[in-house]
Amino acid sequence: MTVFPFLTAILFTPIFGMLVLACLPREAERMIKLIAAVTMSVAFGLTAYLYWAYDFARSGLQFTESIPWIPELGVSYALGVDGISLPLLFLTMLIGLAAVFASWKLDKRPKEFFMLLLILLTGVAGTFVTRDLFIFLLFYELVVIPIYIMVIIWGSTKRVSKEYAGMKLTIYLLLGSAFMLVGVLALYLNAYPPGSRTFSMEALAQAHQLGHFSEEFQIFAFLLLLLGFGSLLSMWPFHSWSPDGYAGAPTAVSMIHAGVLKKIGGYGLIRLGLLVLPLGAKFWAPVIVGLAVVNVLYAALVALVQKDLKYVIGYSSVSHMGYVLIGFAALNSVSINGAIANMFAHGVMSALFFAMIGHVYDKTHTRHIPDLGGLAHQMPRVATGFMLAGMASLGLPGLIGFIPEFTIFVGAFRAYPWQAILAILGIVFTALYILRILANVLFGPRRPEFDHCADARGLELVPLVLLGSVLVVFGIFPQLLMGMVNSGVEPMLPLLAKLHQAPSMLGGLLK
Amino acid sequence: MFHEYALQHAWLIPLLPAIAFVLIGLWLRRVPLLSAGLALAVSIAAFLLACGVGQAVIAQGITVEQPFIQRVPWVAISGLSLDMGVFIDPITAMMLVVVTLVSLMVQIYSLGYMQGDPGFGRFYAYLSLFVAAMLGLVISVNFIQLFVFWELVGLSSYLLIGYYFYKISAREAAKKAFITTRIGDFGLLLGILFLQILFGTLDFAQLGLAIPAYVQQSGTGLLTLVALLIFLGPIGKSGQFPLHVWLPDAMEGPTPVSALIHAATMVVAGVYLVARVFFLFDLLPVALQTVAWTGAITAFFAASIALTQREIKRILAYSTISQLGYMMLALGVGSVTASMFHLMTHAFFKALLFLAAGAVIHALHDQNDIFAMGGLRHKMPVTFAAMTVGVLAIAGIPPFAGFFSKDEILLAAAQASWPLYLMAVVTSGLTAFYMARLLFVVFFGPEKPDNHPHEAPLSMCIPLGVLGVLAIVGGFVPYTYHFGDWVRFGPASHSGLDWAIAGTSTALALLSIGLAWLMYGSGRVSAERLAWRFPGLYRLSYHKYYIDELYQWLNQTVVGGIGRALYWLDLYVIDGIVNGLGKLTLRLGDGLRKIQTGQVQQYGLVLFGAILLVAAWLVWIEPALMGGVLS
Amino acid sequence: MIGLVHYLTVGTLLFVIGLYGLLTKRNIVAVLMCIELMLNAVNINLIAFSRFITPELATGQVFSLFTITVAACEVTVGLALVFRVYHDRDTVLADRLNWLRW
Repeated sequence: MTVFPFLTAILFTPIFGMLVLACLPREAERMIKLIAAVTMSVAFGLTAYLYWAYDFARSGLQFTESIPWIPELGVSYALGVDGISLPLLFLTMLIGLAAVFASWKLDKRPKEFFMLLLILLTGVAGTFVTRDLFIFLLFYELVVIPIYIMVIIWGSTKRVSKEYAGMKLTIYLLLGSAFMLVGVLALYLNAYPPGSRTFSMEALAQAHQLGHFSEEFQIFAFLLLLLGFGSLLSMWPFHSWSPDGYAGAPTAVSMIHAGVLKKIGGYGLIRLGLLVLPLGAKFWAPVIVGLAVVNVLYAALVALVQKDLKYVIGYSSVSHMGYVLIGFAALNSVSINGAIANMFAHGVMSALFFAMIGHVYDKTHTRHIPDLGGLAHQMPRVATGFMLAGMASLGLPGLIGFIPEFTIFVGAFRAYPWQAILAILGIVFTALYILRILANVLFGPRRPEFDHCADARGLELVPLVLLGSVLVVFGIFPQLLMGMVNSGVEPMLPLLAKLHQAPSMLGGLLK
Repeated sequence: MFHEYALQHAWLIPLLPAIAFVLIGLWLRRVPLLSAGLALAVSIAAFLLACGVGQAVIAQGITVEQPFIQRVPWVAISGLSLDMGVFIDPITAMMLVVVTLVSLMVQIYSLGYMQGDPGFGRFYAYLSLFVAAMLGLVISVNFIQLFVFWELVGLSSYLLIGYYFYKISAREAAKKAFITTRIGDFGLLLGILFLQILFGTLDFAQLGLAIPAYVQQSGTGLLTLVALLIFLGPIGKSGQFPLHVWLPDAMEGPTPVSALIHAATMVVAGVYLVARVFFLFDLLPVALQTVAWTGAITAFFAASIALTQREIKRILAYSTISQLGYMMLALGVGSVTASMFHLMTHAFFKALLFLAAGAVIHALHDQNDIFAMGGLRHKMPVTFAAMTVGVLAIAGIPPFAGFFSKDEILLAAAQASWPLYLMAVVTSGLTAFYMARLLFVVFFGPEKPDNHPHEAPLSMCIPLGVLGVLAIVGGFVPYTYHFGDWVRFGPASHSGLDWAIAGTSTALALLSIGLAWLMYGSGRVSAERLAWRFPGLYRLSYHKYYIDELYQWLNQTVVGGIGRALYWLDLYVIDGIVNGLGKLTLRLGDGLRKIQTGQVQQYGLVLFGAILLVAAWLVWIEPALMGGVLS
Repeated sequence: MIGLVHYLTVGTLLFVIGLYGLLTKRNIVAVLMCIELMLNAVNINLIAFSRFITPELATGQVFSLFTITVAACEVTVGLALVFRVYHDRDTVLADRLNWLRW
């Protein structure tokens, strides 16, 4: 039975669109934007269909495809999604579509911009759908190039220059990938004897059960992966690229970077870190929890004193990634469910935040919080978007942020009660900084200097409506998300149960 | 049968206003009449359904032991499942009726009060959201549902306090309310997590069975901690000391909102929560003691602040805090009945007082200072009558509503411990005094020439009338029909009036009113002289014990300071290391490029030197690499 | 009898002389000539090895023919470069031609 290769179609739709754009003259701006929008709509539609068609009950990898590519090295073009990657793929396309519309008013070199945007999205999507580590790295590196170019050409210079921001972003990405590469090679070489070596993620995940990875090796290799994926996930103290990078990047890049690109870190930690090197994960878990608590509180407190809107959200995303890390490191089914769901939730809310900030910046030409104020008078719709994103960010029930956070707390509380309490204290500080920017930017007396600033209308509303409705619908019916994620976590249950008995870092040292 | 239908469809009660919120918020906002019409229609429907539920409770003999429960799964993942549902017992039914009734009254009142406001539709959308959230909270079947709606109630309160978002004070008050209650919610969330971990369920009915068994087995130590954490939530939401600071500031919202949310309904959510999970508190003496003392201290403390405030709504706000303290006190001494009874009567008379105050403010064009008012009884007879009824009710003068409920609380306190009783009695005297002060200053004395008051329109007078009647009969009627048989925890008790206690408190109240008359009505005793005689006490009271300043300092200096310090760390240490590494790389490159002298012959020398070294290495150190050729 | 070692000694001497010249001569033309010397030293080695170790194969001889050809080409290009440089900079001294330094 031949099945329509959905994942390949999803992956190549943006590439196809990019090629079409390449053939267009650069003056046809409207056409360029239209084609980008259509491309992303198709990709998003296909992804949404997959999300709908995914069989929860069967769980595991679905819509799989596999074509051997370099058999000598064990590389194959293998695709497939499960309950972990499908939400993230959905998120990618959702934010991609929103990002296209958020850049609708862009008039500087639109052809190049949208081409790069489509390449970027392909790269991000590719990392989520591939089942082959080699292809994973390939797509990951594909992401780096457009990000750099987009930041230094279309970025904005505030506290730091856009060149500095772009370089910082790129170097961190590359540095992370360097650690990751070493780790991946170590996995590849140690998993199987020469001749039967493979980059297949499932096969690598089998290796530890066959006893091919000693505990010492797992601990070492996991550290490499942790440095790589951790810096991608802005784990403290490898987080400082995140605020600067987001501040320098153009709106669409901030949206995609904070929304999905960062999540490759968390995804990798679970896919590779936990499934391939479970003992390593267990060993480092206490360290990760400690750093994650620092992430949550530290970034929230720093966000409190920022003056630039994008810096606030930049630090806020660092803070939220702390929750993801805690959920991961607690290593039980509830917390991992929460960690994955929180990646999705944070993606949607931060993308909405950046889209709204982008709009405000376009109209008022400032992001300096003391200069802003009372924008709810001139831009009620943008204010609604801000409110939605802000409320989701501080974990208001009924919006998407609450249930993921709650599940993380439940899971983490079981494993690390004290650290969990500290992390939960973060919700108070989150409320402080979110309400501070909401109050100072949206509310207060009307400022006549912003009277000429138009509210979002027409196509500019697409990001708000798209992301906002996801925030609300997934918030009221969290099972839409949690059911999917759970079907991805369920196959891990035996592994997690076994890990429960394994010694933790302290236990290992005492032994 | 309607009541059967109402019971089975009790979930509609919060859902209807929620739908109204969405419809108004998205489409009807710009059409004031349609917005208000929809909100009102929905409120009436919810009220009727709530009455139906109340009827069903009586008709079907639903008691606190045998509640009516419906559940639907909300989130189910491996290791955690959360439900939503409906939990109906007499306490719920009473709350449903009170909330829907007061909110209906407030919505009718707002037709007049908010008329012509540019955000009229938005106002009704927010009100509907609030009503939906509050009703959802009331019918909660488990802790998670309760927490969800608890937070939503907080959101709607935030939105409504900040309704006049162009006013800096309103926006800051909204922020303060949200954050202060968030601190309480932090504790509540921790408590909920503890329960989830300990018992694997958050369902009230299941916890009610599991907790006594747990206490028998493992004692009360951990559970006391859990209960105290949970109690942090009510401290925040119900404005208990020391998290009461947001409630007076919340008066920045429109007056109907103050009446509905910050007096009659939302702020009692905390009291309701403690009553709802009384199966937990009841077993933990330390927790109960804490609740009782928190309540008593709050009651006294807030009353002592209310004595000197000048703004009409602030006085009422502090009186609300004080009355909430009473309710907590009643819970702490173990009387759910008294607490819920007072909750109900308080909802009636406090809503009445606020709406009457709103009528005054409306008539005087947003004048808030009571000393700028005066002599209004001639121009505003209806409002004056309503306010008088409210003051008499809150002061506990028989046969008004407050008398019966307050008496039950005093009785329960007297049976528990005499210091608590003493604080409660003194507070009731203070209450009568400052409420009478308000009444006399605003409605008696000479009229101020600058004021041109007018009586409130009909839409505002109708709610005043309805609530006025309820404030009169709301205590006596439930009392005669044995309120305590239904709304209770544990066996029903028919304590009846204790004439000694009732007599004492009534006499004290009358004395206080008399004193207030002497000071503010007839002016025989000068209030200024008194203030001048005790300057320290006066200033302490007028400045609300400087607690706001303390929090301001904590927030700005401590939290902000830590934030700034960490940001410094981020910029100069962490980024310093990052940038330092970058600079190091640059420097290294800068140094290393100096070896490119451009002298070809030097390069050649290095090249041959290297070749020689490699050759030497191959010959003497690793001859094996050459395959033995050299040996 | 003249053996392999004698040839190799001549080759080594020639190579070292060339190397010395290459590293010390200031005139680029002399440097090029020294390179020729070194190449010829290599050629001697190749032929000697071919003759004494694998007499049945002519690999060494053929290889040295290649070397000679390449050397001729190299000198052509090299002298052309020197010619141009002299035109440009009025010098053929190696230590003056350092404008490719940092």
